[in-house]
Amino acid sequence: MLAQPHQTHRQQDPLIWDREAETRPREALEALQLERLRDLVARVAQVPFYRDHFARQAIGPHSIRSLADLRRLPFTTKDDLRAQHPLGFLAVPRGQVARIHGSSGTTGRPTFVAYTKGDLALWSNLCARFLVAGGLRPEHTAQVAFGYGLFTGGFGLHYGIERVGAAVIPVSAGNTRRQIEIMRDLGSDALICTPSYALTIADGARELGLDPRALPIRYGFFGGEPWTEDMRREIEDQLDIVATNNYGLSEVIGPGVSGECPARAGMHIQEDHFLVECLDPETLEPVPDGEPGELVITTLTREAMPMVRYRTRDIARLDRAPCACGRRTLRMSRVTGRTDDMLIIRGVNVFPSQIEEALLRVEGTTPHYLIEVARPGTLDEVHVKVEIRPELFSDRMDRMQALCERISREIQTVAGIRAHVDLVEPQHIERFVGKAKRVHDRRNLTD
Amino acid sequence: MKLQQLSVFLENRPGRLGAPLEAIAAAGINILTLSLADTAQFGILRLIVREWDKAKAILEQAGWIVNLTEVVAVEVPDRPGGLAGVLDVIEGAELNIEYVYAFSLRRDDKAVLIFRFEHPDQAIQVLLGQGLHVIDGDELMGYVG
Repeated sequence: MLAQPHQTHRQQDPLIWDREAETRPREALEALQLERLRDLVARVAQVPFYRDHFARQAIGPHSIRSLADLRRLPFTTKDDLRAQHPLGFLAVPRGQVARIHGSSGTTGRPTFVAYTKGDLALWSNLCARFLVAGGLRPEHTAQVAFGYGLFTGGFGLHYGIERVGAAVIPVSAGNTRRQIEIMRDLGSDALICTPSYALTIADGARELGLDPRALPIRYGFFGGEPWTEDMRREIEDQLDIVATNNYGLSEVIGPGVSGECPARAGMHIQEDHFLVECLDPETLEPVPDGEPGELVITTLTREAMPMVRYRTRDIARLDRAPCACGRRTLRMSRVTGRTDDMLIIRGVNVFPSQIEEALLRVEGTTPHYLIEVARPGTLDEVHVKVEIRPELFSDRMDRMQALCERISREIQTVAGIRAHVDLVEPQHIERFVGKAKRVHDRRNLTD
Repeated sequence: MKLQQLSVFLENRPGRLGAPLEAIAAAGINILTLSLADTAQFGILRLIVREWDKAKAILEQAGWIVNLTEVVAVEVPDRPGGLAGVLDVIEGAELNIEYVYAFSLRRDDKAVLIFRFEHPDQAIQVLLGQGLHVIDGDELMGYVG
């Protein structure tokens, strides 16, 4: 079922991993998409959420006569996934599940995403497409500085690199000094991490008295958090590398939904596997090409947990113009914002409701709080300002410090990030009529 | 025998210490002594004042969080070794001190130590048993006039 590249293609043209799929003429692509969409509608009838909806609306594979009929299908939201916790969206027997990843939940419980063997093969192939587009070659060595775990970044890229035939060093996240030593000892050609971590590595090299430009890496594949063209210039200049952007989300598959080519004029969406709509988040009507809208993704070929019209909450623009690289797929801009209040902190998705949950656990009630995010150097820093309440105030400093530590620990448990807890005097956090403003993001993350 | 100490939560930034002290002064309340414990981010201001209930009401009215704690005042000779002698007694009795601060009186060559004990009543019994001078509120106010 999966389009596998032929060995000969790779040898003939090393610049496009999956030439047939990535350069397919529009008409042929749409025919393939339509066929796969019909098949998807049949397959997701195994999932109660979709089956019930289809039954109410009398929808079946026969309802899909053209790609425009996609709009007859229901949306799927993160709340829907949460309501079916843990694996209510499984469309195959549990025995066929080969791996389970998770994304951060809004109150500490991860949302699980299941993969069949076929899904894993597809995923590596999708990662291989953007890795090759960004410069990775079989003779290279790639260092993965994404965390290995429930988070899809580490394992997703790992198998993508193996798929390309390059050597992979699974260093995992953190320990900058060690990253640099390994990079130098083994001569890593490529670095895989968040863009802000790439700058941390440059800083780390300077601290060690090294010239970051003299590090062996030549290619950087960055994702997992929003970044800007300015940051790209900075990273490329400081490390003397070619930096490309890639996009994905675990609910859909993980990294590999789209990625940049050498033209670096948007990320090519792997349209043979994902139908991407760009909608006005209020009206849910399509926005004109080039206008910002919410990306809504339908997985055409995912087996274990297919998604119909998944609302990503990510804001981006679509570009259908031909690309200089020869790929004919639709391109998306960087993600320029969110339609919800989700924050991405050092690659970790964080919702204010998680901070609220942590405070609730410690204090028994939700105090007034404000999440302040800044990027003083290269990495995000979070300060959670919490108004002190009389019941929690003690004349003893050790108790007050223990309170801060307890809040910080709960935030780490629920949201997976380290935050500085700043206790503030009552009434020192601004009050709002109506919806409270809980986040003050001082990072400048849009171009 | 115990004294009421007011503790006030303060953010650690310029101007935050002056405001509660001014509020108390404006009400004509005399501050006998104070101590400040702080981190880079916040501080705890501890106050011994003449009319603690009135001062507490004023501070709370103005929006501060105020906590009332019982502390023990012990008189010591204001000379080298004065403090050490008291601490010997306390350590000998294995009394747990949360914190302590001191001030000297304007007359009599006496200093006063303010102790925050984990168990103040037990501490008072020990201190009195050792012949130390535990000062109650009225006496302390009398000293400072």
